[in-house]
Amino acid sequence: MKKTISGWGRYPVQSCKLERPERYADLRTDAACVIARGQGRSYGDASLNQNGRVLLTERVNRLLELDLEQGILRAEAGVTLAKILDVIVPKGWFLPVTPGTKFVSLGGCVAADVHGKNHHHEGSFGDHVLSVELVMADGSRVTSTQNDKAELFWATVGGMGLTGIIGEVTLKLIPIQSAYMKVHHHAAENLEQLFSYMQDPDNDDRYSVAWIDSLATGKNLGRGIAMCGHHASEEEVPDDFHGGIKSARSCSIPFDFPAWALNPMTISAFNSRYRKKEGGRRYPFLSNYEPYFYPLDAIGNWNRMYGKHGFVQYQCVIPDATAFEGIRNLLEELSGSRRPSFLAVLKRLGPQGRGMLSFPMEGYTLALDLPIRDDGLFPLLNKLDKIVIQQGGRVYLAKDARLSADSFRAMYPRYDEWMKVKKMFDPENRFNSSLSRRLGIGEIE
Amino acid sequence: MSERVLILGATSAIARATAAAFAARGAALYLASRDADELRRISSDLHLRYGVAVHHGLFDAEATDTHPEFFKGVISAMPDLSGVVLAFGYLGDQLAARDFSVGEKVIAANFTGAASILSICANHFEALQRGFIIGISSVAGDRGRQSNYVYGAAKGALSLYLQGLRNRLYPSGVRVITVKPGFVDTAMTYGLPGLFLVAPPQDIGERIVRALGKSVDVVYLPWFWRYIMLIIKHIPEPIFKRMKL
Repeated sequence: MKKTISGWGRYPVQSCKLERPERYADLRTDAACVIARGQGRSYGDASLNQNGRVLLTERVNRLLELDLEQGILRAEAGVTLAKILDVIVPKGWFLPVTPGTKFVSLGGCVAADVHGKNHHHEGSFGDHVLSVELVMADGSRVTSTQNDKAELFWATVGGMGLTGIIGEVTLKLIPIQSAYMKVHHHAAENLEQLFSYMQDPDNDDRYSVAWIDSLATGKNLGRGIAMCGHHASEEEVPDDFHGGIKSARSCSIPFDFPAWALNPMTISAFNSRYRKKEGGRRYPFLSNYEPYFYPLDAIGNWNRMYGKHGFVQYQCVIPDATAFEGIRNLLEELSGSRRPSFLAVLKRLGPQGRGMLSFPMEGYTLALDLPIRDDGLFPLLNKLDKIVIQQGGRVYLAKDARLSADSFRAMYPRYDEWMKVKKMFDPENRFNSSLSRRLGIGEIE
Repeated sequence: MSERVLILGATSAIARATAAAFAARGAALYLASRDADELRRISSDLHLRYGVAVHHGLFDAEATDTHPEFFKGVISAMPDLSGVVLAFGYLGDQLAARDFSVGEKVIAANFTGAASILSICANHFEALQRGFIIGISSVAGDRGRQSNYVYGAAKGALSLYLQGLRNRLYPSGVRVITVKPGFVDTAMTYGLPGLFLVAPPQDIGERIVRALGKSVDVVYLPWFWRYIMLIIKHIPEPIFKRMKL
């Protein structure tokens, strides 16, 4: 079925030929190029294939095995993290790594090798995947693990769906004693303070993330709140505690906001309110896991806030050594451009994993939501790319809609190694997407 | 005592949703279809999600001679069967009208196979003086149209069969419900042009289970199809034969 679709950022919008198999056996390849699409929650064009096939995996979403002794789950890749959590949390298990929304597919988490607020301790999603079953270019099904066919495994983890259709995933879960998080907020007046909070081992916790007031400038640049937390133990949750249980208040954005709705004034009003409320919490508190991990999931279709032209999420990582300088440069560029970012989030990342095209590397990652209002945004982002490359960092492909092929090569030095595996398993380059073509990925030279 | 339900044709989207809606209220399930791999996948999924017992077994609607043996197997796995959902169906394609070998398959899958297994189920429940039979027919069976009249004829025959069965089993206290879905977002309809008001299968599944708690005999899903079909059924034939529906 021909249809125009987009990623979560609603840019770009492209016409693709959609297929939606309902049986596992219908995850098939043929001569035409194809890309799998789970929930379409990557931001740019990673799940698009202009004028080509897009295979929707949303109905191939069954849970297949759950070992409650060892915490091992095997499921079809189309299942969402939300459905997994519904089943495992009441049984005392949790996802080892989770991105900022639970409305993503399991296969997408592998393809983008997503990270969470615990990367500095526990690595990325792929580190906890025990095996992946791929539907290959020749139609065969191949299972790879971290040790067996390891090169295929680590080309698939972070491989943006370009090695095959991810069919089944086996995942190691982590045990929890409650559905609650013990959370501690630290308000910082500027970037220096924020960094020192995040680096201080005394403040550190299993999970940490920082919200940055993107409009603060000058001596307040980088003003924000570090939010650290861990899964509350049984003792940490009083018997009579019922607060924070899944709030019934969830709403949905029913239409595209007009372009002027998010402007420096409204954003600054939101930011100062948010800073007062969340920054004012001086003592640790209990929170349900959902508002802690998935604050934006409570607002359905929040991507509509950015208006009908969509937005770009610019997420990059700057290596540890120059992280402070680099992040400050990026924030300065941004505040100098008078392009307010509604959301600015800073996280720590631990050592680089084994995924050849994986995003995380040891350092700090900054994510910015930038509405597309005019042609001026893209030159600014190219400027940010230069800073990132100069510092030895990279941009996250799952969020990307506009990176150039040259910048991609400069940011992902293991591309050649990845390409060797790709050629071996998909010599005709049948798995490609609008993103892969834009970045020149997989082209046979 | 909790329910025990047999789902025939368990791998379709509507059947999956109906099975999930039954499992959500604690029913144990027996899933049957031709596709062993899909049966295993759906069974483990429903078991893990809802914690209910889920059995499964192979069932081929067209192989009517295997039906008695199949039903014995179901009863030995689930002796206290409470009801049956007949969810299999086969749309075929436009060829069904021109090429009888295709049309024959459509009739065999939608009607002959259904009549065969339903007669076995009906005898079983009649003897026990309890139970329910939910037959998923189609609005396509309400009036013959050039676009799919072989399918429509088979589903129309199924609707009539269920009507007669309801009449026969009423004194025995066995419920017979005829479900007539309109356009549902399934593999059968995905990408077809000209569809409107397409319902998600989850809604249809939940409403099918809910119909059990109401005193209804024929359920159109979603409800407005009752009125759409009322109009379509009342268009005079001299006009209808000229229309392109």
